[in-house]
Amino acid sequence: MRSRISLSIVAIAFIAACGNGGGTASTSPSSTSLSGYISVFAAASLMASFDALGTSFHKANPGVGVNLDYAGTPTLVTQIEQGAPADVFASADTTNMDKLTADGFTTGASRVFAHNQLEIVVAPGNPKGITGLADLARRGLIYISEGPTVPAGKYSLQALATAGVKVTPKSLETSVTAVISKIELGEADAGIVYTTDVIAAGSKVQGVPIPAADNVIATYPIVAVKGTKSSAAASAFIDYVLSGAGQSTLATFGFLPAS
Amino acid sequence: MSLEASIRLALGPLDLDMELTIDEGEVVALLGPNGAGKTTLLRAMAGLVPFNSGHVRLDGKVLEDTATGQYVPTERRPIGFVFQDYLLFPHLSVLDNVAFGLRSRGTSRGAAAQKAVEWLGRVGLEDYARAKPAELSGGQRQRVALARALAPDPRLLLLDEPLAALDVSTRAEVRRDLKRHLASFQGIRLVVTHDPLEAVALADRLIVMENGRLVQTGTPAEVTEHPRSQYVADLVGVNLIRGEADHGTVRIPGGTAVAAAGAESGEVFAMIHPRAIAIYRRRPEGSPRNVWSGRASNIELLGNRVRVRIDGEVPLVAEVTPAALKELDLVEGGEVWVSFKATDVGVYPA
Amino acid sequence: MRRERVPIVVVVPAAIGAAFFILPLVGLVVRSPWRDAVTALTAPETIEALKLSLVASLSATGIGLILGVPLAWVYARVEFPGRDLLRALTTLPMVLPPVVGGIALLLAFGRRGLFGSWLDTTFGITLPFTTAGVVMAETFVAMPFLILTVEAGLRSMDRRYEEAARALGASRWRVFTRVTLPLIGPSLFAGAVLCWARALGEFGATITFAGNFPGVTQTMPLAVYLLLETNQEASFILSLVLLLISLLFLVVLRHRWLGSA
Repeated sequence: MRSRISLSIVAIAFIAACGNGGGTASTSPSSTSLSGYISVFAAASLMASFDALGTSFHKANPGVGVNLDYAGTPTLVTQIEQGAPADVFASADTTNMDKLTADGFTTGASRVFAHNQLEIVVAPGNPKGITGLADLARRGLIYISEGPTVPAGKYSLQALATAGVKVTPKSLETSVTAVISKIELGEADAGIVYTTDVIAAGSKVQGVPIPAADNVIATYPIVAVKGTKSSAAASAFIDYVLSGAGQSTLATFGFLPAS
Repeated sequence: MSLEASIRLALGPLDLDMELTIDEGEVVALLGPNGAGKTTLLRAMAGLVPFNSGHVRLDGKVLEDTATGQYVPTERRPIGFVFQDYLLFPHLSVLDNVAFGLRSRGTSRGAAAQKAVEWLGRVGLEDYARAKPAELSGGQRQRVALARALAPDPRLLLLDEPLAALDVSTRAEVRRDLKRHLASFQGIRLVVTHDPLEAVALADRLIVMENGRLVQTGTPAEVTEHPRSQYVADLVGVNLIRGEADHGTVRIPGGTAVAAAGAESGEVFAMIHPRAIAIYRRRPEGSPRNVWSGRASNIELLGNRVRVRIDGEVPLVAEVTPAALKELDLVEGGEVWVSFKATDVGVYPA
Repeated sequence: MRRERVPIVVVVPAAIGAAFFILPLVGLVVRSPWRDAVTALTAPETIEALKLSLVASLSATGIGLILGVPLAWVYARVEFPGRDLLRALTTLPMVLPPVVGGIALLLAFGRRGLFGSWLDTTFGITLPFTTAGVVMAETFVAMPFLILTVEAGLRSMDRRYEEAARALGASRWRVFTRVTLPLIGPSLFAGAVLCWARALGEFGATITFAGNFPGVTQTMPLAVYLLLETNQEASFILSLVLLLISLLFLVVLRHRWLGSA
């Protein structure tokens, strides 16, 4: 599952801003001389929130066009290592970030910009009456998970282990969105995904909270990719994600604050 | 014991309407030009082509009748069919090809193989039992096809152009073999051919067919001595004129009168042999009553004779010796006079 | 014997065409860490995935033959209204993105699907997340190749051989099994091989309809795809294994079946 959003409205907004004499641009201190395009590779679970962040960042910096590319975190790492033109990389876990850093594809230290926690995802109305992790091991109930290489899948295993629940998933899906769509289609009864994914899916699915004691808090680091041709714009974008405005945007999508 | 068929069908440009009866003991050849409907008629009798109306009866039993809706499918008709190109199954050995019909009709594997070997012996191919059809010569394939058709003991044997796929060099020999095998088969035999030589050599009786219709039937002698269509006349190599007889003349459409000694009255055919026609560069004098002028449109050397086609009031073919042609100093397009005697015109009712 | 010269306008594009296929394979071979090959190959997950891939793709080919040959026969021999439309519908998976095919299968045979819900309530059978589901997904995507190839074979064969068999007293079944099938042997073989090869490489419809679980629904292509993200080198090795098996089958079977042809 991946999608690419090219903000073509960017160009129109840019022309409009120039006609206004750059009125909006002057409101942001870091934006005065920024221009060009940046390509942001972000984890699939960030899709909705980064679409919003991209739009508001561009509003604040009309000279910078933002290209957003979403995929599973490991896929993005592979693509960057094979030379995909990324300027910023936003990961859904620290493991993949550490791998990219160790392989020498990053500039400077990554910065944590958000946290996320897990929830059980079920069909609307919770037809199977699932109340907690222990219910997932119930006979006849179809539980599916993300594969262990997907961060959400790795955290699901941790949460189940902490709660002492032994359950074998029917399938190891390649992404959170694949898990949600199979629950939506009714092929599976339950899965474990991020709170943010449940919110993003709207009324198509429903979340069942996992107690803090069993829950795993995911850490989202962000970094500028080595060799970026727009390093100023890239670090401005990272700063924006960590700014008050950026953090409150992330909060509306269910993310927990960076600190 | 006989085959009796009456078949009417339309298939593409072909409009077929044929009735025929074949008795046991005679070998019948269905002779006609390409496109006359011979193969279609054969396939209709085998149940491979549906017809619009008519019936096929074999030994009094109905195989198909459109009036009553009766239909015996091909695989249950007691027929043997030798197809044009033979259609030996290329993936089966010669033995399995010959045994195929027996196996299909329920004979056990061992008995079928034994009988197939016998048949291969009868056609002189016992050494080729394991061979694939592709390894055989044309004549050998023809014999396998015959053995395959005869092995299940059919009542009716249909052969579609059995020699057409062969080289001229082997044809005569294979034809002799075929005649022998046809003679030893105790059933009803029908051979389709477009080759008059083949028809005359193999058959006791000819059925001549043109444009889906029967034009003539009779023994080879009857047919060649009294052709009843331009097709047969061309095959036999004679001039044939149809017209109205009137005591010593035959009046042909267009008004020309041909003097013919035997002409009495009614619709008749007048046959003139090409050798009876004399050619001159100037108008001849003397007794012949039939004298016309014309133009030599085609000159063809055939062995020790020359055939000259002459266009004129009555189109004719004359036959002369090469020496005579030289003497005439005749080339294609040259003006000529032709003449023949009234006594050289054979007349018989149309 | 003098050999005819092949025109340069043919040789150049032909060579580029061949290189286009061979270069990626060379890349795989060169970049594969051969030292780790044994470890990667003997990993239980690899063996499980390989076994599953072979079982599922051969089953899909078997089902393709059982259902696809009669369908091809109907297309080639029976005239009926809507035949062209039906043929188009049954060969659609050839152009459909496999993921869409997988979703369509879920909507029909899933637990909540049109037919699948009846299977579930009546027999308690659910197909997604099972090996049977893998076989279905592979059959769905691969069978059209067999149908089209066999239909073409049936259309181009000389039907007079069938008439000759009938005239010899063979029932329709006997004509079909003893004459028609052997005569279209090469097409049948080509169709089965195409079907098998497509099934072996199937990814999208399988992961969508059957999911991904080692030993049950994780076929080689799925394993390769997932390894690509964690262990690229191992995934290269597995890809090569898949490649060699296919090559072996294609070359050896071609010789055995088609002989000198």
